[in-house]
Amino acid sequence: MITVSIEKMLNAYHGQQVLHINRQFASGSITKIYGPSGSGKTTFLKLVAGLITPEKGAITAGTLTWFNAEKKIDLPVQKRNIGFVFQNYALFPNMNVRQHLQYATNDEQWINRLLHLGKLDTLYTRRPNYLSGGQQQRLAILRALTTKPQLLLMDEPFSALDPKMKTELIAELKAILRELGTTALIVSHNPQELDGLADSELVFEGE
Amino acid sequence: MDLSPIWLTLKLAGITTVLLLIVGLPFAWWLSRGRSFFKIIAEAIITMPLVLPPSVLGFYLLVAFSPQRGLGKWLNDVFDVRFVFSFQGLVLASVIYSMPFMIGPVKSALQQLSPALSEASYTLGKTKWQTFWHVLLPNIKPSLFSAIVLTFAHTLGEFGVVLMIGGNIPGVTRVASIAVYDSVEKMDYAAANNYSLILFALTFVLVIAVFVFNKYNTKSPLV
Repeated sequence: MITVSIEKMLNAYHGQQVLHINRQFASGSITKIYGPSGSGKTTFLKLVAGLITPEKGAITAGTLTWFNAEKKIDLPVQKRNIGFVFQNYALFPNMNVRQHLQYATNDEQWINRLLHLGKLDTLYTRRPNYLSGGQQQRLAILRALTTKPQLLLMDEPFSALDPKMKTELIAELKAILRELGTTALIVSHNPQELDGLADSELVFEGE
Repeated sequence: MDLSPIWLTLKLAGITTVLLLIVGLPFAWWLSRGRSFFKIIAEAIITMPLVLPPSVLGFYLLVAFSPQRGLGKWLNDVFDVRFVFSFQGLVLASVIYSMPFMIGPVKSALQQLSPALSEASYTLGKTKWQTFWHVLLPNIKPSLFSAIVLTFAHTLGEFGVVLMIGGNIPGVTRVASIAVYDSVEKMDYAAANNYSLILFALTFVLVIAVFVFNKYNTKSPLV
């Protein structure tokens, strides 16, 4: 169980607004997150990851406290065992497909399985510049899975995929998340695409 | 022709560049992250040698490290180290004088990288050091190469600061630029021409190397 009860001041179009989230996510659950642009969805993922610090509140994962403003606990992102798929992919230009995965794990069997999952097994020597948008996005998803994370945070992870690839990848991702027991929070502008994947939802209000 | 000033110059430039790589890279990384008043001051101090007359910097180094008083006396008495009229003094002055050539390009390049690259690395469990070494540094290679070559080339051409703190001791502090000046003083234009030609050729080759290396990145090293 991951419990999030946090507050963070956001700079919004109409001035400052407070992002307040109070929510529990069951272990292994998959939650789709949607809402208008600028409502704080990406910020929320980064707050949970530990890339941004909340002003108030607490985040716990099972018995482990990741963040507690009162007790001044702020576990570094490196120790939270999370995977993060960035909206702009954030791929490393100096690394080829395989090196992206090898950077995070030495488990070659797991790497081969991920490459097969993302249909990148024949493109493993290519650097991001030589991949299509869809291939880059799949690599970003695979990279986030290399550490077998306890919590997977995905920011618009399927936006560049064609419908066929999206359907296949979502089905395989669901199976892998179930196998790993990974909890997932997935931000999407098109929540319908996650209907077969997510079992709960979190809606962000507009500005 | 006495080649010792050329070898001494190359030795000075090499040591200065290596020291600035060790000191400058972490410093550039620190400066590239966020902005505070303290960092602005630090950056201004590092940039000063670009605009300050070299003789001014050399004068203050001469005063600071004079073995007669203060820090210079303490270093001399406790560690038996002298920075005035010695090769180590030249190295110290060169490191300070060439610092902006190493730190400036590297800091700018690091600032241009998306913060998401570091964040992605952190989410994979990597430390700041691992991220710097495996992700940030390889992705600023052209700027890093420019910084290394320009630092080396700039050290080859140092004159004022080196003359002030090192003087003109053959085999110890008499680098090529000082040998040119000294030869002209002695009306030995042939020797001055030889030293000048070697310095010109060396720096030209280095600058060409930077432009060739950066050609594939469609980027001028002067930007």
